[in-house]
Amino acid sequence: MNIANTKNSYGIISILIHWIMAVLIVGLFILGIYMVDLDYYSKWYNAAPWWHKSFGLLVSALLLFRIVWVINTIRPAPLDSYKSWEIKVARITHYSFYILLFVICISGYLISTAKGAAIEFFSLIDVPAIISFSKQQADIAGEIHEIAAYIMAFLFLLHVCATFKHHFIDKDMTLLRILKPVKPEGDE
Amino acid sequence: MKVFQVAILALSIVSTNIMADEYVIDKKGMHASIQFKIAHLGYSWLWGRFNDFDGEFTYDKSNPNASKIEVTINTKSVDSNHAERDKHLRSDEFLDVEKFPQSKFVSTSFMLNEDGTGELKGNFTLHGVTKPITIAVKYIGEGDDPWGGYRVGFEGTTRIALADYGILKNLGPASKELDLILSIEGVRK
Repeated sequence: MNIANTKNSYGIISILIHWIMAVLIVGLFILGIYMVDLDYYSKWYNAAPWWHKSFGLLVSALLLFRIVWVINTIRPAPLDSYKSWEIKVARITHYSFYILLFVICISGYLISTAKGAAIEFFSLIDVPAIISFSKQQADIAGEIHEIAAYIMAFLFLLHVCATFKHHFIDKDMTLLRILKPVKPEGDE
Repeated sequence: MKVFQVAILALSIVSTNIMADEYVIDKKGMHASIQFKIAHLGYSWLWGRFNDFDGEFTYDKSNPNASKIEVTINTKSVDSNHAERDKHLRSDEFLDVEKFPQSKFVSTSFMLNEDGTGELKGNFTLHGVTKPITIAVKYIGEGDDPWGGYRVGFEGTTRIALADYGILKNLGPASKELDLILSIEGVRK
């Protein structure tokens, strides 16, 4: 089992971070939509945003780690069966995920810290406010946070559809190789 | 005789117009505030304020009941010292500041008693709804300031029901009404 990526296989670290972030991001999206419409007297009125912010900060930290990781590791080569437009679209989608995630994390942080208050990270530490750029900061950041999240959700659907297409129609290794490292074939 | 009465009346109108000084609310030095408090669950008061407002009034010491006031509030400036709550207050669940960026009070009558208490009536516009309200007023004081100006100040309080102004978000039975607390200092023009 390889920890790091190879030319044709994702390693454990890439696979774990992909799936941990996938679960957290989908959860955060659903929680985000759910929490903004909560009734004032709901039991979750205060707790839901608290969890959203803590997990959001966790995703931010994972994102930073992931970017550093991706830059410093080998990217498994596209399968031979991929068409060149497929590779292009996948690249754009993957890069868009990074950019959108970055935007979503920053804008989310800017909503809660707009008036200088810190964000509590799982009752462990307080992440302090740094930037206060405008009186409308919370509104502007809120708009951006929401729009970027919906674009990301759309790209997520595209990403999932592409996975299914590769797995069930093309019957290739696309899904399998992000599930577990591929055993090296032949004498590489 | 009739001519005499008319002349007196005309003179008094002219004199009040001359006498009634115009004042600008001291926004520059911020010796004025528009605050509100609303019950939180019925257990405590949540205080907030509007940081941006503007207004002018006329006031004449010898005829205070002729005073008039007009105040405009920038609803975007709502501030309860909590970024997320303020964002929520600006949203369409409360003030809907995109649609209703201004709130306004225009007085219709004023009555000041000997003891410095009084009643200010007027039309208050909030969330696009205009309703008559009565503000309980307290005259605080007036006189020269140390910098060559002349100032007069009042305090006013009133209570409004959120539902009257079409703000229907349910904050619980204790929080259907809010108190407005106005502290106004005017500098004579």
